[in-house]
Amino acid sequence: MDQPVLLEMKGICKEFPGVKALDHVDLKVRAGTVHALMGENGAGKSTLMKCLFGIYSRDAGTITLDGREIHFKSSKEALENGVAMVHQELNQALTRTVKDNLWLGRYPKVAGFVVSERIMDQRTKEIFDTLEVSVDPKAVMSTLPVSQRQMVEIAKAVSYDAKIIVFDEPTSSLTESEVEHLFRIIDMLKKKGCGIIYISHKMDEILRISDDVTIMRDGAWVATRPASELTMDEIIRLMVGRELTNRFPPKENEPGEVILDVEHLKGRYTRLRDASFQLRKGEVLGIAGLDGSGRTEVLENLFGSMTRDGGTIRLHGTEIHNRSPREAIRNGFALLTEERRATGIFGIRDIKDNTVISNLKSYLKGGICLSDKKMTEDTEWAIQAMHIKTPSQKTQIRSLSGGNQQKVIIGRWLLTKPEVLLLDEPTRGIDVGAKYEIYQLIIDLAKEGKGVIMVSSEMPELLGVCDRILVMSGGCLAGEVDAKTATQEQILTLAAKYV
Amino acid sequence: MSNESKELAANAKRFDRKTLGDKLMNNALYILMILAVIYIQFFCNSNFLAPASLVNILSQTAAYLPAALGIAGCIVLTGTDLSAGRCVGLTACISASLLQKVGSASKMWTNIGTLPVPVVILIVVLIGALVGAFNGFFVAKFKLHPFIVTLGTQLILYTCLLLYVQQGNNGGMAISSLDPSYTDFIKGSFVSVPTGNGTSTPIPNFVWFAILLTALMWFIWNKTTFGKNMFALGSNEEAARVSGVNVFATTIMVFALAGAMYGWTGFVEGARIGSNTANTGFNYELDAIAACVIGGVSFVGGIGKIRGIVIGVLLLRLIFVGLNMAHVSQDLIYLVKGGIILFACALDMRKYLVKK
Repeated sequence: MDQPVLLEMKGICKEFPGVKALDHVDLKVRAGTVHALMGENGAGKSTLMKCLFGIYSRDAGTITLDGREIHFKSSKEALENGVAMVHQELNQALTRTVKDNLWLGRYPKVAGFVVSERIMDQRTKEIFDTLEVSVDPKAVMSTLPVSQRQMVEIAKAVSYDAKIIVFDEPTSSLTESEVEHLFRIIDMLKKKGCGIIYISHKMDEILRISDDVTIMRDGAWVATRPASELTMDEIIRLMVGRELTNRFPPKENEPGEVILDVEHLKGRYTRLRDASFQLRKGEVLGIAGLDGSGRTEVLENLFGSMTRDGGTIRLHGTEIHNRSPREAIRNGFALLTEERRATGIFGIRDIKDNTVISNLKSYLKGGICLSDKKMTEDTEWAIQAMHIKTPSQKTQIRSLSGGNQQKVIIGRWLLTKPEVLLLDEPTRGIDVGAKYEIYQLIIDLAKEGKGVIMVSSEMPELLGVCDRILVMSGGCLAGEVDAKTATQEQILTLAAKYV
Repeated sequence: MSNESKELAANAKRFDRKTLGDKLMNNALYILMILAVIYIQFFCNSNFLAPASLVNILSQTAAYLPAALGIAGCIVLTGTDLSAGRCVGLTACISASLLQKVGSASKMWTNIGTLPVPVVILIVVLIGALVGAFNGFFVAKFKLHPFIVTLGTQLILYTCLLLYVQQGNNGGMAISSLDPSYTDFIKGSFVSVPTGNGTSTPIPNFVWFAILLTALMWFIWNKTTFGKNMFALGSNEEAARVSGVNVFATTIMVFALAGAMYGWTGFVEGARIGSNTANTGFNYELDAIAACVIGGVSFVGGIGKIRGIVIGVLLLRLIFVGLNMAHVSQDLIYLVKGGIILFACALDMRKYLVKK
C-alpha cells in the first residue's frame, strides 16, 4: 500500500439516453501495481475506461493523473499523455502490415510528413525483442491468427511508453502459454512503475496477477480491496450481489446411444487433418486444444461452412454429407459460432429478426407471406425459455449484453429443432452470472436428448460441463479424457502432443 | 508407408497444379489483354502498334490518369466520388475562359488580359480542392456516404457549370480560341517519336506531367503519414481513431486531394479538347472508377496500388483505341467495357476470398 497513487478517478458519472451507465465511480491506481477491474457485463467497466481514454466525455467527476487534473477529448490526447489501452475488440487495420498497425497514429517522420520505414523497422524490432514477441512485422494483419494479432495489440499499447495501461479482456483469445507471456510483460511493466488496469472475467488470472481489485455492479462502485484479501467466491458475491454457491450446475444429463459417428474428418483448405469420434444422445462432448489446433475446424467442417476433404459423417447410421450449412441445418445440426459479433448476431436488427432468421420457412403462409403472429409467438417462447433479459422483441440485439445475445442465438437454433448442437466458445466474453445460465441451458439441452459438442479454451468450464473431452493438437485428435476424472494437466499434455 | 508417401506425392502434385492455375487466374486480365492486342494487331489492323497509335494511346492514358489517381483515394476510404466529371468540366471551362486569346471575338472575359499559365493552374487546382474538401466535410462531419454527398455535389456543380458558360461575353457557347501559351504548355512537345517516312509524332507535354503526378501520388500514398493514415482509415476507421489518427482531417484531405487532381485534369482537358462546353467532363468519374476497380483498388477499402490504377487506365484506353481501329461498332464498345469491369472485379475479389 506504499506505492504512490498514479491515477485517481473520482465521482465519475456518465449518462446515455435512458441509462445511467456510470454513477459516481471511484478508482485509484497505484504506480507499479496491477489494479483489476471486475464486474458483470454491463457493469460499466468498459464505459469507465472509455471515459478515461477520451472516447466518451464524462458528465461529472475528476480524473487526476500524476497529480495533474486531466480531461482528454480524444484518444490521441490520452495516448500522448501516457494512457494506453488494449481494446476488447481487436481494432486493427487488417489490410495493412503489422508494423503499419503498430505505429499507426505516430509514424516516425522525416521532414514533417515522410514516413521513415527504417526507423519504423528498427523500433518494431526493439519492441518485439524486449517483449519477446515473434511476429513478422511485414506480415499483413489479416493473415495472422487472432492470438498473434492480440499480441501485436499488446505490444502496441506497451510501445506508447505509457504510465497507465488498460488491458480490456486481453486474454480471451490467448492460449495458456500466451497468457503466461502476457503476464511476464505485465510484470516487466510493473517493475518499470506503470499502473496497470486489468479487466477480465477470469478469476484465477485476477487473483494471480492483481494487487488491488475494484468491483463494479450496475454502473456503480461496489468495493476496492487488496487481492490478497479476496477469494473467488467473495468476488463473485460482490459482482453478482448475491451468493453464487456453485460455478457449474449439477450434471443431470444421461448419455444414451450413439447418434453421430464421425470418421477421419479432414479439411480441404483448413488445418484439420484427422479426427474420428462419436457423439451420444444426451451427451455434452467437449473439444479442448490450443489456439490453431483445429478445434473450431472440427465444428465448421461438420456444419459444412468449411469444405471437407474426405471422412464420413453418419447420423443414426446413415451417411450424410453436410456440404453447406443449409444442408447441415436440414440434417438437424446447429452451430453457435465463435465470434458472436462477426458471425452470430445481426447487430442492428431486433431480437425478433435475430430469433427467427434460421427458421423462416416454417412461418410461411401459403408459401409467400410470413406469419408475423407465429414469429412473435416463437420469439416470446425463446425469451421465456432462455430467460433473455430484454425490454421488448423490438430491441436491437446489439444493445443487449453478451450473455443475452448468446441466449438469443441459442434460441434461434432451438427453433430449428436440431439434434446436434455445435457450440463454439459459448461463454466467450460473458460474465459469471450469465455463464452459469448458459451452462444450465447446455445441460438442459442434453437432458432433453440433444447431442452437444462444445469447443472452449477455458478448461475448468469443459471439465465442469462436459461428459467427455476430446483434445485436439496440431489438427489431429490427440486423445480423449473423461471429464469426471481428468485434470487440466492431462489435457495440456495431450494438447501439446503434435505441436 | 509407401501408401502414405504416394498420398503425399499426389497431394504435392495437386498443390502444384493449383498454384499454376491460380497464377493463370490472377494474371488472367493481363494475359487476355496481351492476346487482344496481338489479335487486333495481326488480324484487324496492323497500325495498332505503330508508333503514332502508341503515342495516341499514351496521350489518352495521360489525360484520364490524374482523375483516376484522385478518385482512387476516395475508393480506398470505401467511398467513391461522383462529382469528378462535373468538377473536371467546371475547371476545364474556367481554365479555357481565363486563357483565351486576347482580342478574339468570342473572348468570354474581355477585360482580362493574358494571364500567366501557372496562376490559372493554381486557381483551378484550388477550385478543385475546395470542391473536394466540401465533399470531404460532409462525409467526415455528418458520416454521410460519399455516394450521396458526391451525387449532390455533382448536380450542384452542373448548375455552376451551366451558369458559368453563360457569363461574360460567352452566352453558353463553346469556349475556344485559346491563348497559344496555354495550348503550347499542354499540347506542345519537346520529344517526338519517328513514325517512318521521315515523319514523326510528338509526345505532348501533358504526358510528362501525368508521369510526374503519378510519381507524386505514389510518394504520397506510400511514403507519407497521410498516405498510411488513409489506408488505415479505409481498412478500419475505429482502429485509426483509437490509435490517434485525425479521422476528420484525413477524410477531408483525401477528398481535397482528389479534387485537386480533377482541377488539373480540367486544366489539361481545357487545352486538349480546345473547345469546351458544359458537356466537358461528362461521365469522367465512371471511367475513372472503372479504371480503379480494374486496377485492383477494392471497394472493400484499404486496398489499392498506384501501379494498378495506371494499368487500369491504360487497359481501358487500349481497349477503346483497339476496338476503334478494329472497326467495331461504337454501340458494342459499352458491352465490352461493362464486361471488362465485371470480369476484372470478379477476378480481383477472387484473390481476397479466403477458402474455407
